[in-house]
Amino acid sequence: MSKRVVVVDYGVGNLHSVTKALLHQGATVSVTADGEEIERASHVVLPGVGAFEDCRREFHARGLAAPITKYIAAGRPLLGICVGAQLLMSESEEFGRHEGLGVIPGRVVRIPNAGVKVPHVGWNSLRPPSGTFEGTILESVGAGDMVYFVHSYAPVPEDPAHWLAETRYGTIRFASAIRRDNALGVQFHPEKSGETGLRIIASFLAL
Amino acid sequence: MRNSLKVDGSDPAVSLGTTRVIARLDIKSPQGLVKGIHLEGFRVIGSPEEHALRYYRDGIDELIYMDVVASLYERNSLQELVSKTASEVFGPLTVGGGIRSNDDIYRLLRAGADKVAVNTAAVRRPEFIREASRVFGSQCIVLSVEAKSVPGGWEAYTDNGRERTGLDALEWIRRAVELGAGEILVTSIDREGGRKGMDLDLIRAVGTHVPVPVIACGGVGNVTHIAQGIEAGADAVAIASLLHYKTKTVGSIKQGLAAQGVRVRP
Repeated sequence: MSKRVVVVDYGVGNLHSVTKALLHQGATVSVTADGEEIERASHVVLPGVGAFEDCRREFHARGLAAPITKYIAAGRPLLGICVGAQLLMSESEEFGRHEGLGVIPGRVVRIPNAGVKVPHVGWNSLRPPSGTFEGTILESVGAGDMVYFVHSYAPVPEDPAHWLAETRYGTIRFASAIRRDNALGVQFHPEKSGETGLRIIASFLAL
Repeated sequence: MRNSLKVDGSDPAVSLGTTRVIARLDIKSPQGLVKGIHLEGFRVIGSPEEHALRYYRDGIDELIYMDVVASLYERNSLQELVSKTASEVFGPLTVGGGIRSNDDIYRLLRAGADKVAVNTAAVRRPEFIREASRVFGSQCIVLSVEAKSVPGGWEAYTDNGRERTGLDALEWIRRAVELGAGEILVTSIDREGGRKGMDLDLIRAVGTHVPVPVIACGGVGNVTHIAQGIEAGADAVAIASLLHYKTKTVGSIKQGLAAQGVRVRP
């Protein structure tokens, strides 16, 4: 049966690409900020491009905090992408201090300019913090596979259990994928990461 | 000098990303892929979408669509093309040419672009960089600089190398980064389309000048030219002729770079 995916539209982000990637994997997609549609969805994707504070403000302005929090609390699958993933964290330090949804305790920090260029733009690898990716949405990611990043800030969850993947860049080690139950977030762009990214999206839809 | 590019990736102290190989597609309405020499005398090569799709399937790290006649019409006309491209190309896409407002940026991002490159509008009103990066994040705003060698340095140009700005290119880049530009696309007007090698002094000067990534463009005629640009400090190299005229495939370029010790995505 085709999955009914809601791509949350709160005026930010690259909605077209992620929508096309989901359609490519056979999903039925609706792009909306409607709480009732979120309620009926089998899967929710929370995109986001830009500054954390602008995303957060638009997110709240459209009354999305309640339906999304409720959806997550019910244990249903959600995938945050880039700033959409950062919104799941407790707070961000981008342009001041701003509160996130607090689904995953921890902060979003600026990547230090130590020995590398910031923003971190380009392809980098994902590593399981411990063990393997088996049984996760990153199961299909092999050791040589890379995904596309374009960001200056990155999530650092407090609880090691919330680290789904880690990536190193410069002197920092950040959580390139985070999770708490079925609430998932990826700092990279699976919709822009070629076949590796499409396989990750397929694994998410299989949840 | 960043010899550290050749450091083994397993070095636990500093982890470097990979160097990007980018295909630059100059587009002249109605939707034709063109290539010029020194940013002039455009020749039509074919359909941008078909080329983009081929490069994507061959493993290109990023694509740049540059609307080369946008400044004539005072607008970027690539929205529809971006949208069509993003339906089948699941890779990163930067769009430039004629972008003058946050609304323009919003529309292109929504159509499927990941970053936008600004030049003329930023030169006219530098605050535009601050406004755009504040809303979309620095990582989204690429400053495109067309640099022409002058005594003692380089001057920034606009409109595909036609209009002088009177700005010292390095000084302009430094200011744009302060204002929030998250990446620099620097094109050497002198070398562009010449296929005789990149302006390594320019790349060295820009690369050591700013803390943000630098995409170098102009003059690549073979794989060694790319490796030289990276060695000089480029974080990414944008190529056009080498790919558009099928002199090389993306795969053979990457193999060649890897053989020369450059860290690329396989």
